[in-house]
Formats: sequence, structure tokens, C-alpha cells
Amino acid sequence: MGTLWSIEREVGMNKYRTFQKLAIKYGKTLIAYMLVSFFAIFFVIPFYWMVTTALKQSDQVFTIPIVWWPKPVEFNNFIKAWNSAPFGTFFKNTLIVTCTAVIGTVLSSAFAAYGFARIQFPGRELLFIFMLATMMIPADVTRIPLYIIFRRLGWINTLKPLIVPSLFGGAFYIFLLRQFFLTIPSSLEEAAYIDGCSSFLIFWKIFLPLSKPGLLTVAIYSFLVHWNEFMAPLIYLNSESKYTLSIGLRYFLYEQGGYYNLLMAAATMALLPCLILFIFTQKYFIKGIVLTGLKE
Amino acid sequence: MPRVYINKEKFTRVWYKYRLDGFIFILPWMIGMIIFQLGPMISSFLLTFTRYDVITPAKFIGIENFKKIFANDPLFYKSLWNTVYFVIGSVPISIAVGLLVAVLLNQKIRGVTIYRALYYLPSVTSGVAVAILWMFIYDKGYGIFNSLLASVGIHGPGWLTDPIWVMPSLIIMAIWGLTGQRFVIFLAGLQGVPDELYEAAEIDGATPWHKFISITLPMLTPTIFFTLITGIISAFQSLFTTAYIITNGSGGPLNSAYVYVFHIYRNAFEYYHMGYACALAWVLFIIVFVLTILQIRFSGWVHYGA
Repeated sequence: MGTLWSIEREVGMNKYRTFQKLAIKYGKTLIAYMLVSFFAIFFVIPFYWMVTTALKQSDQVFTIPIVWWPKPVEFNNFIKAWNSAPFGTFFKNTLIVTCTAVIGTVLSSAFAAYGFARIQFPGRELLFIFMLATMMIPADVTRIPLYIIFRRLGWINTLKPLIVPSLFGGAFYIFLLRQFFLTIPSSLEEAAYIDGCSSFLIFWKIFLPLSKPGLLTVAIYSFLVHWNEFMAPLIYLNSESKYTLSIGLRYFLYEQGGYYNLLMAAATMALLPCLILFIFTQKYFIKGIVLTGLKE
Repeated sequence: MPRVYINKEKFTRVWYKYRLDGFIFILPWMIGMIIFQLGPMISSFLLTFTRYDVITPAKFIGIENFKKIFANDPLFYKSLWNTVYFVIGSVPISIAVGLLVAVLLNQKIRGVTIYRALYYLPSVTSGVAVAILWMFIYDKGYGIFNSLLASVGIHGPGWLTDPIWVMPSLIIMAIWGLTGQRFVIFLAGLQGVPDELYEAAEIDGATPWHKFISITLPMLTPTIFFTLITGIISAFQSLFTTAYIITNGSGGPLNSAYVYVFHIYRNAFEYYHMGYACALAWVLFIIVFVLTILQIRFSGWVHYGA
């Protein structure tokens, strides 16, 4: 009888201990969840605020306490905002700049990256280190001479200064793609060489198709840079028909002043491509960071 | 695939030919680099010794520009101070928050991808639209902050109109925009910490706090060091767009949002003092460069594990 009781007690204690362990484990997870969610609110609320304000009628924009859900939902704000400035032109110009620059950046960077990753030529290591060093050249230092050059060329108030410099490959992107190319096994390439395939053909037919994730990563990064670029268009563009979205938004802001619902509608439209791009290509952002060698 | 016999001589010849192909591959980048980076960098350096307004020919004036910067330009000091304030305010906090969130999410929590997306979201948006969004968030009467403060009976400050509050507002906004990037980098860094270390510590009865202090933190020091260096470099050069938009190009009340790059921009593209603006840009470059070297020199705290 006594032994039975002690066994029972033992089992009870074990149950209790397991419970305690589980409580600690889940308690910790719960706290982690709560903290992480609490911070997450801070990061997401501005977007929520932007979209809901864009859907509010004017009288609900300026009320205290805050109206967290627009009633009625006013989709018209987007149409109103779109029609109160030449947003069609702004979008078109931004698209021209962004698409050309992205395609140019991706191809030219991949081209150079292939040279650095796959061909042993004299002085390669030195040039590679030199390339890494050029990443340190600050844009502020080169901006003024570039302006002078483009001015001499008569490129003021054209989209060319926003596009042309990106057609020669960026050091950071070359570095990123080189890291990517290094992970591709050399057996394919050797076989192709022996069959008499030129390195250009190998680059075009083997490396580009195999590197889609890497190329996409570069494309996304450079898309965001060009889409959001503000200072270069501010310096180079001076007529409304040439404005990109960022400059157009700026004028819209000063003209519309206090109509925050229209402003938020315009901001939402401007940010939407970036947000959609991010939602569908998330893993490539992470890949980019891993590729640049931070993950050891 | 049929076995191929390699003609050694021919192979060497072909191989040699392809080695030269290497130059062709990097040629476009070299041309672009010389035209758009190296050349401008050299001419920018030369311009620092001149007075140049784009229309009349440049005039050599020796080191006058530098003398003016240090002896006779209060806005240089003001903008430098604003920038330093911004760097000190935004970089450490964004690193700390990014690290904290990464550590929290690194415990096998479900839905990491969703949280990762939420935190990273601000990082993919930038520029004018985001500045406009925050102008409304900071609105004195009806923004989020002041509405919430008003609901508990506090009369909130004019975040973007009161000189004291302008820089803190810009810092909060920057932390919002930067933490996601930091956090993703730390998350990648954390995955590189071997599990054995934690297991060994658990056997020795280490508490979570001990594990964090004596394993996680030291193992992450290289990542922290990297984020610190790149974060400081980019913070020194950032903020122009936001500062320009929220102050309507004015620099804000008492120049409270007037950051260094703004000063360069105004001298170059509003006053057309190209030589002076180049000198300002070089001073910034040298400040950042020296700071980076100093950080590398005093990087004894960085732990490079086996």
C-alpha cells in the first residue's frame, strides 16, 4: 500500500514537473510572441494609417479621437487624387527610368560578375579589390561633377542622367552576383569549353538561366532604388512633363496642402508597386543578404 | 556523354584566349566606373580649390573654400551637428531593436516569415511618399501621436514645427525604416551560431540571460560591427529626402532639419557654389572615412570565433 502511494506521488510529481517545464517553455514563447507583436504594431501601423486615411472622407480625417475604420469607405479619393495632378505622366516617366535602369543594371552587372567569378585573367584579384573599394566613393562627392558633365551634354531636363549611369553595372551588384556565380558548379562550363563554346555563349546560355534567383535579387534592389530616387530627379528635371513620381508627389503635396486623404491616396499609389513587389519576392531580399556573405 | 580527349596544346591556347575574354567582360564596368566615379571623384577634388558657378570658368582660389568652411560658415557646424545627432540617435537604437527582435524570433516561433515580412516592410519603402505619410503621423492636431496623447489629456508637441522635437521625430522615423534591415542581417547571423554552444551552456545550468550575454552577443559581434560601420556611413549621407520634404525645402524651424547633405545640396544646386559644395562633400567624406578607420582600430571588442 505504502509503495503504491509513493509511486502515485512520484507520478504526480512528474506530472507536476512536466507541467512546470511546459509552463516555462510556453510562458517564454508567449512573452516572446507578445514582445514581437508589440513591436510589429509600431512597424505596420503607419501603413494601416496611410491606407485607411486614403479611404476616409475629409471630415473623418480631422477628428479626435481617431477614426480607425473609415465609414463610408471612399474609394473615390484615389480617382480624385489621380485626376488632380498628371499622375499618369509621372508614373510613365518613373516606369521608363526604373525599367530601363533595372534591365541595364542586371545585365551589365551580371556580365562583369561573370568575368570576376569565372575567368582567370591577369590582374583579376587586384581589379576585384579595386572594385570593392569603389563602393566607398560617396555619391555626394561625385554628384557635382556628374551634374556638370550632364549639363555640358545637354541632358538637363531629360531622363538620361537618371538612367545612363546604371547601364554600366554597380559594384555592389557585381559583388553580389559574383558570389552567386561562384556557387554554380564548374563541370557544365568545362564541358562547354571543351566543345568549343565561347565564354560569351556560356555566360548567356548557361549562367544567366541558372542564376535567375540572383538576377532577381539584383533587379529588386535596383528597382527600389530607382523607384524611390529623389535627389537626382530633383536636380535634373524641371518641367512637369518630365517629372518622376517622387518629384510629382512633392508638388502634389505643396498644392494639396491639408487634404490628407488625397495625399495618402497618392502616397499609397506610389508605394503600392514596392509593397506588392516585396510581398511576392520576399525570399530574395533575404537571399541578397545571405549572398553578400553575412551568413557565416 | 562521349568521353572527350583533350588536345593539351589546343586547350592551353584556347584557355589563354578566354583569359583575355575576362577583360572584355569587365570592360563595361571599367568604362562606367571611370566616367561616372573615378573621373568625377578626381574632378571633384580639383574643384574644391576653385570658385565655380557652372557659367563662368572656374577660378583657382587655393584652400579658401576650406578656410571658409571651418572659420566662416555657421551652417556647416549646424548641419554637421544635426547629422551627428541623427547618427547617434538612430544607429545604436536601430541596431539594438533589430538585435532584440532577431533574438526573440530566433526561438522556434511559428510564423517567423510573417513577422519577418512585417518588420521588413518599412525597409522597402522610402522617399517622398514615406515622408508625406510621416508628416501626417506627426501632424500637430490630428496625427497619430498627438491624437493618442490628447486622448489621455496630454497636449502633444508640434513634432515637425518645434525645433527641439524635429530631430527626435526624424530619428523615430529612421528607426522605423532601418530596423527591418538590421533585423534580417542579425537573423542570418544568429543562424550561424552553433547549437552545441547553447547545449553545453544548458548542461552547465545557464539561464537564458547568461546564454544571451556570453554566447549570442559575443558570437554576433562581427555582425554588430558590420552593421555599425555601414549604418554610420549611410546615416551620415542620408536624410536629405525626408528633411527636404517635411520642411518644404527650407531646412525647418531654426534649421533644425538642416542636415549635412542638405547643406551640400543647397550650395551646389541652389547657390551654384560648385567649388564650395565639393569642398563640403570632401570634408564629409574625410569625416566618415576617419570615423570608419577609428572603428576598425578600436574593434578589440569584436569576437572572431573559430
